[in-house]
Amino acid sequence: MLKGGRSFERQVSLVSGGRVEDALTRSGEQVTGIDVGADLVERLREIAPDVVFVALHGRDGEDGTVQELLEALGLSYTGPRPAACALSSDKILAKHLMQDAGIPTADFLAFGESTFRDLGASGALSQIGDRLHFPVVVKPARGGSALGVRFAATPEQVPPALIAALSYDDRALIERFVDGRELAVSVLGGVALPVVEAIPTGEDVYDFEARYTIGRTHFTCPAKLDDAVSAETQRLALRVVELLGLESCARVDLLLDASDGLWVLEANAIPGMTETSLLPQAADAAGITFDDLVQRMLEGANPARKR
Amino acid sequence: MDARRPSSAARDIERYASLFASRTRVMTSSVMRDLMAITERPEVISLAGGLPDTTSFPPETMAAVMARVASESSARALQYGPTNGLLQTRETVTRVMAASGATADPDDVLITTGGQQVIDLVCKALIDRGDVIVAEGPTYPGAVPAFTAYEADVVQISMDDDGMRIDELEETLDRLEREGRRPKFIYTIPTFQNPGGVTMSLPRRKRLVEVARERELLVLEDDPYGLLRFEGDPLPTLFELDGGEFVIYAGTFSKILSPGVRLGWAVAPRPVLEKLNLGAAESTLCPSSLTQLFVSAYFEGDGWRGYVDGLVDLYRRRRDAMLEALERNMPDGASWTHPQGGLFVWATLPDYIDTTDLLALALSHNVAFVPGRGAYLDGRGGSSMRLNFSGSTEEEIREGVARIGAVVREQIDLYQALTGGPREARRTEPQPRTDLADVLALPRRRDAAARRDAQ
Repeated sequence: MLKGGRSFERQVSLVSGGRVEDALTRSGEQVTGIDVGADLVERLREIAPDVVFVALHGRDGEDGTVQELLEALGLSYTGPRPAACALSSDKILAKHLMQDAGIPTADFLAFGESTFRDLGASGALSQIGDRLHFPVVVKPARGGSALGVRFAATPEQVPPALIAALSYDDRALIERFVDGRELAVSVLGGVALPVVEAIPTGEDVYDFEARYTIGRTHFTCPAKLDDAVSAETQRLALRVVELLGLESCARVDLLLDASDGLWVLEANAIPGMTETSLLPQAADAAGITFDDLVQRMLEGANPARKR
Repeated sequence: MDARRPSSAARDIERYASLFASRTRVMTSSVMRDLMAITERPEVISLAGGLPDTTSFPPETMAAVMARVASESSARALQYGPTNGLLQTRETVTRVMAASGATADPDDVLITTGGQQVIDLVCKALIDRGDVIVAEGPTYPGAVPAFTAYEADVVQISMDDDGMRIDELEETLDRLEREGRRPKFIYTIPTFQNPGGVTMSLPRRKRLVEVARERELLVLEDDPYGLLRFEGDPLPTLFELDGGEFVIYAGTFSKILSPGVRLGWAVAPRPVLEKLNLGAAESTLCPSSLTQLFVSAYFEGDGWRGYVDGLVDLYRRRRDAMLEALERNMPDGASWTHPQGGLFVWATLPDYIDTTDLLALALSHNVAFVPGRGAYLDGRGGSSMRLNFSGSTEEEIREGVARIGAVVREQIDLYQALTGGPREARRTEPQPRTDLADVLALPRRRDAAARRDAQ
């Protein structure tokens, strides 16, 4: 059971991991939790597990690094394989793939830190207004939480927002802001679970911290949607997981605009497993208990490949 | 191998959610907390803490004092004691206060579990939901959770190099009066403020005491660092100036001996003391007898003064190392305070830099600080940071500040690349409430670019 690690999402991962450990223990499995650090390979060799359950969020856990290592060690593990992790954790790559596949995702521009430093591409920022129109959302290319995500309503707000985003990664994207309802579809074993809606309780829709702060958002599952919209949301989520190779287990975040248009925000390869996380809520709405959910994820583990 | 987990879902908040008091809703998770959680990795040079250096306390002294407590008062040390503390410890307090010029009666002293408990007890005694507390901006980050747990409405008054701006305080009090809101108390750390590192001037101290008397408002004077003065003449405490009518004094042994003994104290007007006492009885029954006897035995002679002198020397050198490192490493546009004592420097960067995000970048270079937002309840402080110099060696301080300087320069360079060259920093965040002044205005300590060119 891999959890914790050194990413900014360490705390969430420890909670996710702890709950999964409890569930596995209840199901009679022998579980060893590992707070991932420099001794990971040594610990894995010593334990020689039948299956490695990955509940590691953020960098290392979600970007394919750990999966690559588990492949190299010839171990069976849960969740998506390295390429799918690497693709989905990189919002810029994932959005390019989605655009190319005709999946609706908000228009965006991507920049690397070196672009500005070495190529003096700051002039490119003037395109933002023409191409995307304000307001825009500025995000680091990687990172699963709200860290470094900023809203910019005017061109003057873009440089500080970029500096914030580039504190977390060396690439950032500037995305057209879509004002809409926040939906999430979890996919388990290639099947879409009921849609969850996240409703911020704060008044200021532009307060991103509030949106992602526990206790300042509440969730409805299944989301109150027309059957057709609900089905379309799930269909779109399935297309995304297929495109990125995340069929085993993933969560796709979307926005539903005022004219019922759907926009895919991103796909998460290692969804949270805390009690307020969306995957367990969606599973519950589908009649799958937390223990069953964990068991299904375990059964869907990638087989060990001897190299 | 991890300890075996309970087989129930005992960690699920949902199962207990309906049982929690409504005030726990304000105790939420935050981005900053997630970031701070990883500042404790061993490879990180943390200038984020507020720790005194306890390695400088001689272990043989601790052993000797403990042995004395054991041989002379073993049964008492192991027993409950009075809620307000042992008489000998309250007498110790009055002697320590006398060292900074204040006179107090042992009967007016309440021994508490650290200075933090005084803040909690004062809130418990005075604050109903929605009541106003006036505090400095920035204020002690550790007081913020106490204020919010009692659902207080905190109004912050800006500071300059002479401490809290009393003119702004009076304007604010007038406004609050017009709104029919009378503050319950004014919370201040007048000497070597945490996190600001500034000290309230004598004229302002006098005026603050007058204001409290004129308006019959209580002041909670938190004075953990008063004896840790590196330079300049000591100033009278508010308590001393007021004579104990409207000022509640909070002291602690944490910074002059040890935070591990968890002993602080309050000196308050009798009717207030009575309420604090009831609150203390209800939460802790009595402070630790063992550590009270230890502290009293240790402070019996004059040896403690030598130890405090040693701490002052040690922290002065560390402060100097930090100020020199800031001079050397911080770019133009950054400013910081020059504390005459205490544990902290407060640094402010160009306002397009957000120190919460900067902390993420700093952590990737294995250095940490406290982002300024933690010292405000109204979203200000975004471009400031608190740096501690008491808990790290001079070498660590130099290296830590150099790393912070490097990431700050990186962000400034990037901003200049993004905006097409150096330009005046512009405020791009939403403006703060207009009835409050902006973040601590601080004098610029140097023109970094000019110095670099000269070198």
